[in-house]
Amino acid sequence: MTDVPALLSPEQQLEQLIPRPTPLDHVQRQLHSHPAIGPFLVLVLSGIVFGFLNARFIAAENISLMLQQVAVVAALGVAQTMIILTAGIDLSIGAAMILAQLYMAQLAANNHFPGAVALLLGLVVGVVTGALNGALVTRFRLPPFIVTLGTLSIFSSVGLVYSKGQTTQASQMPGVLNWAGNPLKIGSLNLINGVAVVLGIYLVVSYMLGRTEWGRHVYAVGDDAEAARLAGIRTNRVLFSVYVFAGLIIGIAAWVSIGYTGAASPNNAVDANLQSITAVVIGGTSLFGGRGGVIGTLFGALIVVAFTSGLTLANVNGLYQPIALGILVIAAVAMDRWIRKVKA
Amino acid sequence: MTMPASKAADRTLAAPVNAAPRGGSQPDPTPVLEARGLVKTFGRVIGLAGVDLVLNAGEVLGIIGDNGAGKSTLIKCLTGALQPDRGEILLEGKPVSFKSPTDSRLAGIETVYQTLAVAPALDIASNMFLGREIRMRGPLGLVFRKLDTRGMRSQAREQLKKLGITTVQDITQRLETLSGGQRQAVAVARAAAFGSKVIILDEPTAALGVRESGQVLELIRELRRQGLPVILISHNMPHVFGVADRVHIQRLGRCVGVVTPATTTMEDAVAIMTGAKQLQPQAP
Repeated sequence: MTDVPALLSPEQQLEQLIPRPTPLDHVQRQLHSHPAIGPFLVLVLSGIVFGFLNARFIAAENISLMLQQVAVVAALGVAQTMIILTAGIDLSIGAAMILAQLYMAQLAANNHFPGAVALLLGLVVGVVTGALNGALVTRFRLPPFIVTLGTLSIFSSVGLVYSKGQTTQASQMPGVLNWAGNPLKIGSLNLINGVAVVLGIYLVVSYMLGRTEWGRHVYAVGDDAEAARLAGIRTNRVLFSVYVFAGLIIGIAAWVSIGYTGAASPNNAVDANLQSITAVVIGGTSLFGGRGGVIGTLFGALIVVAFTSGLTLANVNGLYQPIALGILVIAAVAMDRWIRKVKA
Repeated sequence: MTMPASKAADRTLAAPVNAAPRGGSQPDPTPVLEARGLVKTFGRVIGLAGVDLVLNAGEVLGIIGDNGAGKSTLIKCLTGALQPDRGEILLEGKPVSFKSPTDSRLAGIETVYQTLAVAPALDIASNMFLGREIRMRGPLGLVFRKLDTRGMRSQAREQLKKLGITTVQDITQRLETLSGGQRQAVAVARAAAFGSKVIILDEPTAALGVRESGQVLELIRELRRQGLPVILISHNMPHVFGVADRVHIQRLGRCVGVVTPATTTMEDAVAIMTGAKQLQPQAP
């Protein structure tokens, strides 16, 4: 074949100068429209690698253990995802959970409230913490980072004062509060009820975010709050509802946490706020808001647990494990930046 | 209104501007949108010093003026983003008072802001129905609040087709993957879909290239063909003179004239706008 570019019109020649999308561009675009793909692939890949390093990693008992371990952080991750989708962040999430859990445990153990009532009032505490954060963010227009940094101190202090630093053991609590810790056998997996509760939360919230107008508005507010306002969305109302709903989920996480740990202690999950943010970020939700979703967070939380468990089973010194997680977080954020630069 | 408005008003051309509302004997129907003697101050700064504006049915009204002439303030007063200190606004002859942009939207006035007010991460259909989503019929929508995604997509597609917007192919594309002109087209299509009475376009061609500007201007002509009155605010004289039936000229917070592109040249309009020339008061 001889060269024929001379036969092309000037316009065609110009068009030939436009670079063709490379395979990498296609990958970028796919990741852009489906942000959960990345975390999913990382999870599958880490499963394969850790499975090779130690076959016990993919044994039913280890998977059961990991699913139990992930439940609380995964539940908090849902609340954190919703808040981060609005371009906010919640540093008080762990402290709020501990407060709710101390409250429901002590109401039942010390004040002899029926289990169901104690649980309900504990959920109310979760909602109140969310409402407080939401009110400060929407009414006083304070940055969520600062608001929740403040309420982090307040909630943990109130929790300590209220509980006098005491841990309430499962044996002192009625069955309802321990229900989430009861065994649940699915096939060869030995789980606890709390795992099913958390999965339920994921189904409900991913439906709400993806299929309802409220969810659409959450994304729009996080994407560009001013544009959303001009489009007729009551942005403050949406923001407030996100914090309140997140508070409810924090309350449920508190219940699951009592079941999983078998106690309500002020020292439970002190760094749960950072763990939940880690799960959200690794799960591909953008810290700038408007992009991502809860399914990614579920993968993100599972990746964290898989790394911890996999590295332990591969005989890596526990002191090194946080390094791996740190690299993972930074890589995830770098990935997000790259994906956001997608070309038209 | 007993306002300094009369001062500005007597300088305007005799076009239907002042005739229609007062006389009543004119064959002209009531203007779709009318503002009388709007005054808006910001502290000691006078944004609007008594402005009259008339938008007739089926016309494209251009608004030109230098920076600080009060174009944006005027538009914000018309859409409820700002409340005028004095003066009144009439929609189809009835006095209205908009407390927020939502009020004016509910009354049938749609605005395409310069920033477009779109969510870049959402797709075209979601953006067109942003804040006005349609729910599924029956229990799915009532109880589970499920969105009718398919319905919204097909309506969005139809709306784009109706306006002859062919540059946008895939309705599920995210806005950020579109070019500036395509985004503008989506924003205009959204306004046209919901604006039953008036469409206000704020600097729609400011960020666009020649070809894309041409497409947006064609879109404005299409809106007029469909009978929707349009207010077009722009810095760009050729664009305004290319599509407008009448041009309202703002200068230093006042309306210094309303001209028709057919009888006034662009140079004269610029001269009036900058104060180099004054429009001759018309004999009543």
